[in-house]
Order: sequence, then C-alpha cells, then structure tokens
Amino acid sequence: MTITKRPQRSGTRRAAADKGISIREGPLSRASALLFMVVFAGYFLVPVWWLFVASTKGTGDLTTTNPMWFSDMQLGANVGDLLAYRDGLYLSWIANSLLYAGVGALVGTLLAAMAGYALAKYVFPMRELIFNVILGGVLVPATALALPLFLLFSEVDQTNTYWSVFLPSLVSPFGVYLARIYAAASVPEELLEAARLDGAGEIRAFFVVAIRLMGPALVTIFLFQFVYNWNNFFLPLVMLQDQELFPVTLGLYALNSQITQAPELRTFVIVGALLSIVPLVVAFLALQRFWQTGLGAGGVK
Amino acid sequence: MPSAGRRTRVQHKGAIAGLLLPFGTLFALFYLVPIGYAVYQSFLTVEREGTFGAPETVFGGFEQYVRVFSDEAFLASIGRVLLFGIVQVPVMLGLALVFALLLDSTVLGLKRVFRLGFFVPYAVPGVIAAIMWGFMYSPNLSPFSWLTERIDFLSGSVVLWSIANVTTWIYTGYNMLIIYAALQAVPQEIYEAAKVDGAGNFRTAWSIKVPIIMPAIILTAVFSIIGTLQLFTEPQVFRSITTAVSSTYTPNMTVYTTSTVPNFNLAAAISVVLALATFVLSFTFLKFTQRRAFE
Repeated sequence: MTITKRPQRSGTRRAAADKGISIREGPLSRASALLFMVVFAGYFLVPVWWLFVASTKGTGDLTTTNPMWFSDMQLGANVGDLLAYRDGLYLSWIANSLLYAGVGALVGTLLAAMAGYALAKYVFPMRELIFNVILGGVLVPATALALPLFLLFSEVDQTNTYWSVFLPSLVSPFGVYLARIYAAASVPEELLEAARLDGAGEIRAFFVVAIRLMGPALVTIFLFQFVYNWNNFFLPLVMLQDQELFPVTLGLYALNSQITQAPELRTFVIVGALLSIVPLVVAFLALQRFWQTGLGAGGVK
Repeated sequence: MPSAGRRTRVQHKGAIAGLLLPFGTLFALFYLVPIGYAVYQSFLTVEREGTFGAPETVFGGFEQYVRVFSDEAFLASIGRVLLFGIVQVPVMLGLALVFALLLDSTVLGLKRVFRLGFFVPYAVPGVIAAIMWGFMYSPNLSPFSWLTERIDFLSGSVVLWSIANVTTWIYTGYNMLIIYAALQAVPQEIYEAAKVDGAGNFRTAWSIKVPIIMPAIILTAVFSIIGTLQLFTEPQVFRSITTAVSSTYTPNMTVYTTSTVPNFNLAAAISVVLALATFVLSFTFLKFTQRRAFE
C-alpha cells in the first residue's frame, strides 16, 4: 500500500500539461465547462449564503425582505439574544461539542496512531486477524452502534452522562487503518534501529521518533474523527435527556422541533446554525490539504 | 524481523501490548461488546402471565426476527431507502465524477475555487443541513419562493426527494474529492499515448481515466450504500416540519421509534438485521463490481 502523493501545484508536469491544452481547447468548451461549474457552485453555496443573510435579520424582516440580501443589520443583537437564551445554554452546547468531538478526536487519534503503528511495525501472531476485525469496524456505521451502546450503558446505569457520549467517541477504526498505512510509509526502519541503539525503549521510540514523522498523517486522522464525532447525531439523541449535556447539533435539533409551537425560536435556530458551522467551514478550508491526503489514502486499495 | 532474537522478541511483546491495548480495549468495549449484546438482546422476549402478570424476560429464539420480517412498516421503510438509494447514489456519484474529471482536465479555470466551494457543504453537519434546507423548502422563507409556492417540497410524494437533495448537497463535494484524489495519483505519462493518438479530453476521460480510478468510485459507492441504508438524521429533522415523514420512515427511524416504546428486544433485532443487510449489500456490491472491473 502506498500513500498518494499530493499534486504538485507548481510542478513542471502539470504546468506543461496546462499549457499544451489551452492551445487545444476551444473557447466554447472552456466557457461551457465554466458555466456548468458556476451553476453548481451556486447550488452548493446559496444555502450557506442564505443562512448568513438570514442571521443578520430581525424576526419581521425574515419573511418580508429579499432572502438573499441584507436589510436591517441585526447580527450582533441576534447573537446576543442567542447567547443569553436560558443562561447561555447555547454556549454549553458548543462546549459539549468541543469536548465530544474535539477532545474525543484528540485522544482517539493518539490511540489510533499507537495501534496503527504497532500493526505496521511489528510482526506478531494474529496481526492480520486483528487488523481485519478493526477494518470490519470501519464498515459498521455510527447509527448501527447507537442503540446497542444505549442498551449497554443502561445496563450499568450510565446513560444521560458525559461519558456515555464521550467514551464511544474515542474509537476510530478508520483512524487505525490510516495510521497503519502512514506508519508503514513514513517511519523508516533505520531510524527506529538508531533509536534502539541509543538505548530508547520501543514505546519511547514511538513517542519520540515515530509520532513526529507521522505528524501530518495524525492531523488527517484527527480531522476525520472530529467530523465523525461532530456529525454523530443518533448516539447523543438516544443517550442524553439532560439539555445541559447536549452537543450543539442535538441542541439545535431540539430547538428546531419546537418552532411550530414557539416561532420566536426560529431566529435562535438560524443564528445558532450559522455560528456552529462557521468555525468548521473555516477549519475545513484551512486544512484542506490534509483532507486530500486522507482521501487519497482511502482511495488506494 | 530478521534480527529478533529471543530477548528482543519478549521486549517487543510488551511494547506491542502497550501500543495496541488502549485502542483494543476501547474497541472491544464500544464496538464488539455492544454488537454482541445487541445480538443477545435480540433473542430475548418479554412474556407476561395473563394480563396483569409481572413481565418476565425469557429466551425467545428467533421470535423477534419473525416480528421484524412481518412488520409492514419496517419492510416499507426498507423499500423506501432502496428506492432512495437507486436514484440518489447514481445521481450524486455521477455529478461527483463529472466534477472531478473537470477539475482534473484542462478545460476548466478557477479550479481551486470550485474544489473548495463544492466541499463546503461537507463541513455542515447533517442536522444543520436538514434544518437549513427545511427553511429553503418553506414557502415564506425560501429564496426560491417562486418554486416553493408552486411545488410543496414537504408533501407526501415529494419529501423523499427533498431529503435526497439534502444528502446530495452534503456529500457530492466529498465524493468529488475522493475521486479527484484518485485522478491526481494517476501518473501523467499514461495520458501521453492517448494524446499522441489525438484523443480529446472527453475520450481520454471516458476510456482511460474512468477505468483507472474505478476502485475509488467503487469505494464511494460502497460508503454511499451504507449511508443510504442508515439514513436517519435528515428525515428525523424533517419530522418536525412535515407530517409526511412518519416515525418509521427509514429503518433506523424504526429502530429509534421501537426503542422509545420501549421494546428494546425488537429494536435490537431490527438493528442486527439492518447491520447485516448493510454488510451483505456493500460486500456483494464490492465483489460484483470488482469482478466486472477487472475481468
């Protein structure tokens, strides 16, 4: 298994290809390709734009003014209202999401890196069997695990706790899969031997030598697990009753479900949705190069 | 390992255990044990002696499974997601493939902008995306009011496709990136021969690029099939804005509804059936397409 090389942006290969074709492609096909993509860019981005515009409007303007453009700028007031709602409940939701998704993915990445490294760098009995069982875990979707986890946690009376959502968020079989590929490709045996000759133990060699070489890969694993946890809706839905423990997705879902009875909550839902996705969108775009690597590795069989 | 003598072997055993066990323990606790426990629960049934007798949980064999397969609402929900998948997955992957090929071709400018822009929806969690599109579909808030005033996107016959639109919106860019990453990994030299032959962009794409990246396309298809059978978040959110989505609209919603009754044994049985169906379907698809792709 090999890791996909990232495209060389300024590589001579691509540049040459670009030059070659720009002569060959007619302006008509270039224009129609561009038009096609612009139309779909609209499809993908208009809802987000709408959400942003809607977040800046007062309740009255929401239905009476142009949905795609600003009227009276009320974003600050809207955000203030949302944060004040039930003594800052929204902020607890955000904090909970960061705990479940962020801390969960952080610890989970370390565990996955250790396991993947062990599977890549040591030969031991049942290694392939263990790896295949973990790989099977990749095919088990989060939703299929939610109910069994609920049954198990209720057996030990631990539903409706932080732990009931946090602990399952630590496990990422896909992370182990990626970590194994990366460890095999990016940690040379010679460096480990050198560390061993220096008297470093195996565990120390991992933490001092290997983990640094696996750095970019670990960011990728973290991202995947973060998103997986952040999007996991079924698990908190079945586990949690206490609104104080909700992640932001479940909290907004609960608010949204009450809109028919309490229309004044609509602005909260809109502004809350915007605030919850802005950091994610920014992080996604900033870290896009890591996505590319991870997706490439996933695609190589 | 060639240099592994007896002593180093023992040392490594400790290291292997130390590196593997933290993940292994959690994996066992939160993956394997729950699955096993669900299977166990699915073979139990609650019995009462007479109308007022105390409920007693006893071994029921395949009783719950018989119930699962005679449950019309559940079977209807399976049919619904299959119909959903047959339409939505090809549309989404077809679009993703076209986008990826365009990004990889030389006909298109502004590639970076499109690549990032199309990927943005993937950063929006399913719940939020469904809430957002819920507003988009509502006649009085939607920026497409000329359309939403004419078509009721939340009515019984249309809402399935409105949900399909939400999942397409979220995942097309993601699948595009997977396919695009595969295209980028193909050595440029492979296209040289085609260029010499005078093959245009379109022919190169169709007869050279697509076959080469077939494994990546299959991968996206398998993940999409899994996702479709597990459909839950989006329709669950839509339940609060339309009555057209019943509490047993998708298999996973049936699991959820059954477990809130609560009938955990039946819900566990449905979960097991669903997990097996997912596994069998994606495995079969993988085998089938691989044979066709490589024969």
